[in-house]
Amino acid sequence: MSQPEPPEIMISASGLKRTYKGRKSEVEAVRGIDLSVKRGEIVGFLGPNGAGKTTTLKMLCTLLEPTAGTATVAGIDLRADPTGVRRRIGYVSQAGSTLGEAKVGNELMDHARLYGIDSQTARARAMALLNALDLEGIWDRKCSALSGGQRRRLDIVMGLIHEPALVFLDEPSTGLDPQSRANLWQHIRRLRDEFDTTVFLTTHYMDEADMLCDRILVVDHGEIVAEGTPDALKKRVSGDALTLTLASPEEVSRAAELAGSLPGATEVVTEGSTVRLYLPDGGAALPGLLRLLDQNALTAIGVEVKRPTLDDVFLTLTGRSLRDAA
Amino acid sequence: MRFFSEVWTVFMRALRLSLANPIWMLISILQPILYLTLFGPLLQQVALTPGFPEGDAWTVFVPGLLVQLGIFGASFVGFGIIAEWRLGVVDRMLVTPASRVALIGGRVLHDTLMVMVQGAILVAAAFVMGLRAPVEVIVVGLLIVGLLGAAFSAISYGAALSLKSENAFAPLVNMFALPILLLSGILLPMSFAPGWLQIVSDFNPIKHIVEGLRAVFRGEIISGTTGLGVLLALVFVAIGTAFGVRVFNRQTK
Repeated sequence: MSQPEPPEIMISASGLKRTYKGRKSEVEAVRGIDLSVKRGEIVGFLGPNGAGKTTTLKMLCTLLEPTAGTATVAGIDLRADPTGVRRRIGYVSQAGSTLGEAKVGNELMDHARLYGIDSQTARARAMALLNALDLEGIWDRKCSALSGGQRRRLDIVMGLIHEPALVFLDEPSTGLDPQSRANLWQHIRRLRDEFDTTVFLTTHYMDEADMLCDRILVVDHGEIVAEGTPDALKKRVSGDALTLTLASPEEVSRAAELAGSLPGATEVVTEGSTVRLYLPDGGAALPGLLRLLDQNALTAIGVEVKRPTLDDVFLTLTGRSLRDAA
Repeated sequence: MRFFSEVWTVFMRALRLSLANPIWMLISILQPILYLTLFGPLLQQVALTPGFPEGDAWTVFVPGLLVQLGIFGASFVGFGIIAEWRLGVVDRMLVTPASRVALIGGRVLHDTLMVMVQGAILVAAAFVMGLRAPVEVIVVGLLIVGLLGAAFSAISYGAALSLKSENAFAPLVNMFALPILLLSGILLPMSFAPGWLQIVSDFNPIKHIVEGLRAVFRGEIISGTTGLGVLLALVFVAIGTAFGVRVFNRQTK
């Protein structure tokens, strides 16, 4: 099955909305999303649980009809020809894709047949994909006998069996140990580098978005609140994150006042016996700040200076920490 | 062509999974035999009491068991699809270009085959114990079991995928199963019942299917009673299919 050359713009969506009808009221899960993904990009949807990431992904994958808005996915109009979209995209659900009792080879072959792929081609492709994702020798094993990381990679093999030019990954590394995650990221990057596959993924892990994505869309409350490369997003945060821990909570408000008076200090937040703020070049400003605290009879028992992370970006944009929100 | 290949793929996947589970297969085979050996002898005695319908105990009892098998053998398949939905298997299939009708149809076909095989085992065991019936009677009997199996398997998938919770699905099945069972004369013929109970049971379509199948086993294959039973079974298939397909279609709405 030879498919036409994939389009330059793989996804273009405008005004995508999804409302769920609750018993009493309507819940706006997605409030109007515009986005565009170019061929060969790895784009990440970053946001806390419940931000509308999965809902948006499911809409783009034809698994959920948008309440409003339009989208073209892999060159096909989402509303007019969902089956055409299905032929051209791969989708890896958050929940997985295989039954534990089923054998790996059977699940792969059956899935390929649903795409109309003949057995010989399916078997060859499945074998090649299993090898590419370091899954040799699992053909006759039951899916339940695989490790978490192996089963997740098998999900990706399932999603790629029809060689889609665009693949959607919903929370690809949730529940994996750090080693398996790093390994999975490597495989996802190879998809793009070697097969020119466009990857659209959702994640609530900052490190995942940071390590893997060419471009990040930050989502909160069903809307895109920021967009850019990981570096560009981090530059939006003014300076380094500084966390001061005081000896007692009573000292916090005065310490916050002093720290806030430093040139360039922004977004001073207090919490318990800690003060958090952003300072341009925090490392250099630190000795001066400590001296200032000392002169005012305040004792800092802990100090931390951090280069900005995507969590700080999220905090700056929404006033909440991604970690707390997730 | 493409459609049939999709149905076949879904059917074979389900069949392979069933065959790979020997305990499940054993229970499915043992269940009808247990009914025959542990309940059949009781009915032999009951058959002697006045008010027992025409025919011997086996020709009354076996059709009832067949209907029960068709309905209850297929009603629990919904549990399986909830488990598969939770594992992402259902979404994984829905995101393929395959026909939604094929995705549920292949499963229903598998469940239909399962209850028909169980039905054949039941009839074979009943033969050993004394049932006598010509081949065409048994064929018609098994076809009706198949129709009921198809209908209730589709209804079960539809209900299960609408609810997506075992805790909600189990009481739903029980809520329908008990009155259907008690008011259908499956185990004891309704001719024993007092007048009011007979009237109530007349509103239960399953009762008429049971009576139709009993007529078949008495040799009245071409008769009004049989015709009504078969017609009702077909109505169930139509309703079940429409409902099941609708729910599968609505999964992506």
